[in-house]
Amino acid sequence: MENLRFWVKVRGVLLPISSVAVLIGAWQIAIAMNSDSLVPGPWAVLLGIVELAQKGLLVKYVVASLFRVTWGFLGAAVLAIPFGLMLGWYRRSELAINPLIQILRPISPLAWIPISILWFGVGDLAAVYLIFLASFLPLTVTAMNAVRNVSAVHLNAGRNFGLSQRQLILKVLYPAAMPQLIVGLRITLGISWLVVVAAEMIAVNSGLGFLIIDARNAGNRYDLVIGGMVMIGLIGLILDMLMRSLEKLKFLKWSYVS
Amino acid sequence: MAQRGGAVVERAVKTKLSLRGVNMVFRRDGNEVNVLENIALDAREGEFVCILGPSGCGKSTLLNIVGGFIKATSGQVLIDDEPVAGPDPRRIFVFQERGVFPWLTVEGNIDFGLHKLDKAERQRSIRHYIKLVGLEGFEKAYPQELSGGMKQRLEVARALAVNPDMLFLDEPFGALDSITRLTMRGELLRIWEAEKKTILFVTHDIEESVQLADRVVVMSARPATIRRHVVIDIPHPRDISSPRYLELRDSIFEEIGLAHTV
Repeated sequence: MENLRFWVKVRGVLLPISSVAVLIGAWQIAIAMNSDSLVPGPWAVLLGIVELAQKGLLVKYVVASLFRVTWGFLGAAVLAIPFGLMLGWYRRSELAINPLIQILRPISPLAWIPISILWFGVGDLAAVYLIFLASFLPLTVTAMNAVRNVSAVHLNAGRNFGLSQRQLILKVLYPAAMPQLIVGLRITLGISWLVVVAAEMIAVNSGLGFLIIDARNAGNRYDLVIGGMVMIGLIGLILDMLMRSLEKLKFLKWSYVS
Repeated sequence: MAQRGGAVVERAVKTKLSLRGVNMVFRRDGNEVNVLENIALDAREGEFVCILGPSGCGKSTLLNIVGGFIKATSGQVLIDDEPVAGPDPRRIFVFQERGVFPWLTVEGNIDFGLHKLDKAERQRSIRHYIKLVGLEGFEKAYPQELSGGMKQRLEVARALAVNPDMLFLDEPFGALDSITRLTMRGELLRIWEAEKKTILFVTHDIEESVQLADRVVVMSARPATIRRHVVIDIPHPRDISSPRYLELRDSIFEEIGLAHTV
């Protein structure tokens, strides 16, 4: 039995790795066939990444991007989740504020770039503000919907045991809404990561998004452009995996069964 | 009140619950639906009362009104001579198994209503009720790791831990298989005799009502009225093949208008 489980796990790792390897192989072949293309092959990209690492820029840029995402995302989470829970809990507040939310939602965070540069100048604060904006509304809506999905049976049971409104919200609403909130956080984190790259292309002087634009502008270094893309993809994947591991915690897992 | 292995004794016990002239009308989309009509009902302290009726007849609504979760359109609901104003920890509702909190362990669930006690008392209470419902060994388990019957027992333990006067059970065994149901009925009776609570038990299962209750309140279809009270004067443990059991059961069959043959 142990043997079988081991091979299942190995297969789970080998299959994705081999499909990626096939892709890289096809890429290398395509480059070899078009020798005058500006787009580099995988080996050149790898060398480019190593070059960045040697200059100390790789770590610097990754940290810069992560820093902005962390501040913008956490700031939004800390404000949006209680706000959204309150909107979901009090019908009247939702009726009042929902139309405003629905108007603001379709506006891409990137449309806010000119205004955020106007308010915060070119630099970290503008980028953090954009991340904050990109995260705030989706998290509010997630929290609102999470409240709606909390079972009335659980809330009634809480009232039955003599809980005050405040205790009911803390001891029943929050834990019951938590699994949905975590999923929403994971998805919004993905959005934040997308936005940070775009924001860095315009508003700042460091980070992975900046790397991509700068590498092209400063000398058509497409190996660094693609290297930046690879790093963005890898870090996005790691962030997603981290959030998924949260969902596996025992006191959250209950909602994902069936 | 029937006693174990002994003679039937009618004690002059005080009235715990009293309903008079209770009506319930639901208004939806401009339509009025008459769910309950002129319900009058008493329950004595320590009595086990079954409310029996077909699905959708309004018996759950009645239980929710008594529990304080819904307000009756008209009529009077008194518990201990006080009108029922809302949910109260002295009267705990037991739902079907989905009532347990899935984000808490077995211990956490039982501990839920015990915030007024100090730490030592809470521990003692938790241990006592885990033992009472037979969940030893599962203290740190989460509800998703338990079977349906175990979740139901957990919910009963959680309800009992706050030492309520009354328990309201709304078809608590409905989601369980029939074998587990039989076991759970025995467990419930054992607990009832140990803890001496007043119990209101809603069911659509005629056998279940005759097996459990001191008195069966037979309700009609919607708009629900009380057709009859049937006193079950058989002492526990009840032999479900005894002539008296069958006689009482059949009288309820007839009351509801069902034939004896399928």
